[in-house]
This record gives sequence, structure tokens and C-alpha cells, in this order.
Amino acid sequence: MNDFLRIEDLTVEYRSGRRHVHAVNSLDLQVGEGEALGFVGETGAGKTTTALSILRILPNPPAKVLSGKVIFKGQDLFQLSEREMRAIRGEEIAMIFQDPMTSLDPVKTVGDQICEMIQLHQRCSKKEAWQKAGDMLETVGIDRNRAGEYPHQFSGGMKQRVVIAIALSCRPSLLIADEPTTALDVTIQAQILELMKDLKKQYQSSMIMITHDLGIVAEICDNVAIMYAGCVLEYGSVFEIYKDPRHPYTRALFDSIPDVNRDQERLKVINGLPPDPTDIPAGCPFHPRCPHCMERCKTEKPEAVHLNETHWVKCFLAREEGRRAHE
Amino acid sequence: MSEPLLEVRHLKKYFPTKSGMLHAVDDVSFSIEEGKTLGLVGESGCGKSTTGRVILRLHEATDGEVLYRGKNILELSPREMREMRRKMQIVFQDPYSSLNPRMSVKSLIEESLLQRSRGMSSAERERRVLAIMDLVGLERRLAHSYPHELDGGRRQRIGIARALILEPEFVVLDEPVSALDVCVQAQILNLLMDLQKELKLTYLFISHNLSVVKHISDQIAVMYLGKLAELADHETIFRDPKHPYTKALLSAIPIPDPTAHPDRIILEGDVASPINPAPGCRFRTRCRWAMPECAESCPELMPNGNSIVACHLYNGGQK
Repeated sequence: MNDFLRIEDLTVEYRSGRRHVHAVNSLDLQVGEGEALGFVGETGAGKTTTALSILRILPNPPAKVLSGKVIFKGQDLFQLSEREMRAIRGEEIAMIFQDPMTSLDPVKTVGDQICEMIQLHQRCSKKEAWQKAGDMLETVGIDRNRAGEYPHQFSGGMKQRVVIAIALSCRPSLLIADEPTTALDVTIQAQILELMKDLKKQYQSSMIMITHDLGIVAEICDNVAIMYAGCVLEYGSVFEIYKDPRHPYTRALFDSIPDVNRDQERLKVINGLPPDPTDIPAGCPFHPRCPHCMERCKTEKPEAVHLNETHWVKCFLAREEGRRAHE
Repeated sequence: MSEPLLEVRHLKKYFPTKSGMLHAVDDVSFSIEEGKTLGLVGESGCGKSTTGRVILRLHEATDGEVLYRGKNILELSPREMREMRRKMQIVFQDPYSSLNPRMSVKSLIEESLLQRSRGMSSAERERRVLAIMDLVGLERRLAHSYPHELDGGRRQRIGIARALILEPEFVVLDEPVSALDVCVQAQILNLLMDLQKELKLTYLFISHNLSVVKHISDQIAVMYLGKLAELADHETIFRDPKHPYTKALLSAIPIPDPTAHPDRIILEGDVASPINPAPGCRFRTRCRWAMPECAESCPELMPNGNSIVACHLYNGGQK
């Protein structure tokens, strides 16, 4: 097994008063070197919480990591001191947040904001840092002469480019992108995705792409983890997941997107809603909404069934489902 | 062909700003037949929501006509307009901010009845509220809940119930599913389509999401910076897009298939400013086929095959 990034048995809870929100429940995942992994799931599935716990920037309180390890390049991030962790954030692992309008400082020029990151991690003069900041802006397709401008002078797409420039300025080996294009228009989204694809090739960094858009995952990622109620229900390469989804939830997710290339009278929908995270059902978390639910699903948690080296599913019907689909 | 229920002619809406006139909607014309859906797509700031609001006179138009069953509603007195609004309703995008947090589900839905049907007995109002809750799929037990206790999908159902309780003929749906997760989005889309069939509603469906618009619309109008770029039925526009902007917009949709390698048209730069726009085609600054004449005059909407396109590439017949 590779040791680039491995999450083992991660459990995270948010506590407010007597309510315990079970955001992430014994999650296991790996990301290989140079690999792009897509985290897919609905609101509240625990995608962002998982990402924040990798960087150890969960708001504590209310969030609390109850168990688990995050092993990055052989060391457990949860065992590091805050000082050691600070050296990793930004330099080794960088994050791009969803909303570029709020993740930039409005009273600092974009050049200064890139310099800040560079000077924090590298010994260099202000002048060198400014030079590098200009280079980074050019890399993401912004004229270096605009380094002295403030975020409000940029459009949404340009701001997201600046955020990407900051994230990449120290050449991190892992980039976590949390819904990087959700706040943008489709044509601008296409520009940013194209840019991220190029940069991924150029920098050879690994990436975790958090999104609810299965189209974006198909374009950028190598592997996909389908998240539901704080667990990964299915994991595999994009080809496996898109061609042969095995978990009933994964299929439902695909069925609910209107397909531009096909005419459909009605969309297939799954009834009900994702479970209340303060009260996750026993057994398989998806069982109350599952069309194939059996008695044992209500009490027993399904273990991962490995269909091949990369593709696994947490469903008792994993093998059968596949057979049925092929018939 | 049946009579159009709604016809918009040369509609204009300008907003005065410090730096000049903002041309939010600039000479837009289209019509919607009874019982059909027109999808209005475009990126943020293109004027699609403003168009919807001007039609309902939530903003007063700068110029143009909105004919509802042949009658120009922009000329109605406020009193007549109030009567008219019974027939024309709107569902807003954000179910989180468009509902008063201090009102229960029942009173939120009842509110429109109180305004419009004075003298209705409270028993009758209650009956109507419960009937509409059944219709939009809200459980009756939720009647005394408050919006913050409900999820986005249910809140959007309240928005739909509020619009439908007055039994309108025409509904403007302003990004009704954009704030929802895909699974919930699918539920609401199905609901909207069922309601349309059952109540013979006519929709103006405003959205930036092309796949959603294609799914629900009969006709699709593509808007760019206050002007219509192209108008066609939903199949034609996807099979044979004509306007360069429509082509770019369609190619930008990420396709959920890892084996597909779309031939993507990446547009350079950003949308130009709608304040004091330069003469000529609004899209020419980002268009790869821009010609000298695009800067001189603004292309008119002209029929071309099954579509109506506003582009000089098609007006001269060459391409």
C-alpha cells in the first residue's frame, strides 16, 4: 500500500449542547502520489469535514476528532505539534476553498497575499517573493502587472485564479480543492477546470477534489469516493464507478442528474432525504431510502466488498447487484 | 399553433448607476404558448432574472410591451395589476431567504390568500392550504413548523405552494432548483412537471443550468448581456446550436462520462460590462469568429432553420 496519504478509521463529531452531530464515521481512504481523487456526495455528507481534518483546521470546539489517523508521507499528522503542522499547511498540503469572494483578504493586494504564503515557507527577500508572486499570477493566466490590485477589482473567475495561485505558490504535493468552481458560471468554470488540469500535469501534485458535480469528477479525477452520511459507500476508478456503479446510492445519484444527451420523461428519484446526522440509522446508513433494503441491512453494517483491486462497495448486494445489472 | 399566453416585445430595462446606464435587459422579445415552458438560460448578470421580474412588474420596464392574452399589462393601473398578479406568480431561487423565518408553514402559504381573497372564511382558507400542501407534497403534519426546521427541498415546496394557491396560469420560476442537492433537485423538477400537466400551467423557467433547462423546457432562449442570442426548441438548440455563444455554453457543461472527450470551446476573458455597452454585438469581445461588421451594428434576431439567431455569421448567409 502506498504511504502518500492514508486516512484510517477517521471519526469526527460536532458537539453543540447535548446534540452530537456525527459528521464523519470511521472513514478509510487512500490517495496515491500524483493521483486525483474525487469526493462526491450531497450537502452534509462529511466531505468538507474530512478535508479540514486532514489539515487539522477543524473549528475545535465544536468539532472533535474522536478517533483515527491521517498518515501523510509516513507520519501521522494528528501526532504532530502545532508548529510542525504549520510547516505542512500551505507547503505540503494546500487548500482551495469554495468561495473566492470570501477567501481573499479585501484590504491586501493580491500580490501581497501570494507573497505572504511564499515568505511564510521560504527564506527569501520581499523582492524575490514579489517576483515569484508575479510568476504565479502568470501561471494562472493573470497579467503580472495586476499584482498591485485588490480582490474587488477582479471578477469571480479571476479571484479563483488568484486563490489557486496562492495555493500552488509553494508547490504543495497535495492540493485539496473544496468545490472550487461551484460559485462560478459555466464558461468560467470551464476555464478554471482547464487551468487545473494543466497545472496538475505540470506540477505532478496529488489532488482531492470535493464536489457534488459528477461531470467535473469525470473530467479531472482518476478515482472517486462516493460519500454518504459520513462514510464512503463506494470507491473505484472513474471508469468503474461511471460504467458499473454497484451501490444503490451511487446509481440513484447518477439517475437524478438530467442528461443533456438523452431525452427523459421523468427523472428517477430516491425518496426521502439524507439521514439526520445527529441520528444516523443503524446498519447501512442508506437502508431507509434503499429500494433493495433487506432485514440484515437494518442491523448489520456492510463491510467493504472488493470487486477487484481498486473497486470496492459497502453493500451486501454488491456482487448480486452487478449480476442483475448485466442480465 | 395555439395563441401565445404571454408575448414580450422589445422589452428594455435600464438601471441608472453612478458610472452610466446599465443595460440589464435590452430589446428582448419572445412568446410562450399556453401550457408550455420557455427556458431562459445565461450566466450571472445577463439579465435573465430581471427579465422575469419586469414581466411581473416587480421592476417597471424602461420600454417595450408585455402582452398577456393580447393585453399589454405594462399599461395596467396598480389596481388592475394587483388583480392580474393572481394569474402571474413567481417562485424565487433561494428558499432560505425568501421565506419569513417567523411565520409557520401554514401562515406562509395562507398569506397570499389573506391578501387576495378577502372575505374567505378561515375554514375555507384552511381547506385550501391543506389541499395545496398535499398537491406539492408537503406533509400535513408540517403545517405548524417553521422554515428553519425544514430542509431546502421542503422549503422550495413552500415557495411553490405560495405561488400556486392563487391558482395562477403563468409562473416565473427563477432558478428554483439551483440551491438544492441533485437528488432533491430531481424531486422538485418532477413535481414542477407534474403540476404543469395537472394545472395546465405556463412556465418561464430561468436558470443557468443547461441540463436542467433542457429537461423541463419546450423552448429555450439563450441570453447574453441583456440580449437574446438564440431561441429554439429544446432539441434543436442542443443538436444544432447556431450562435457562437450557445456553442461555447453547451461545450462548457462537464459531462459525467470519463470516456467522453468533449471538444471544448474555452471562452477567453470575462463578460463585458453592461454599463454603457459599446455598439455592435455584445459577444464580439469573446467571439472567435468576430468580424469587422460585428463592431458596427448589433445583429437582429433572424430565423435560421428551426432556430432564431442574432449573429452576423448567419445574416449574410455565409458561415
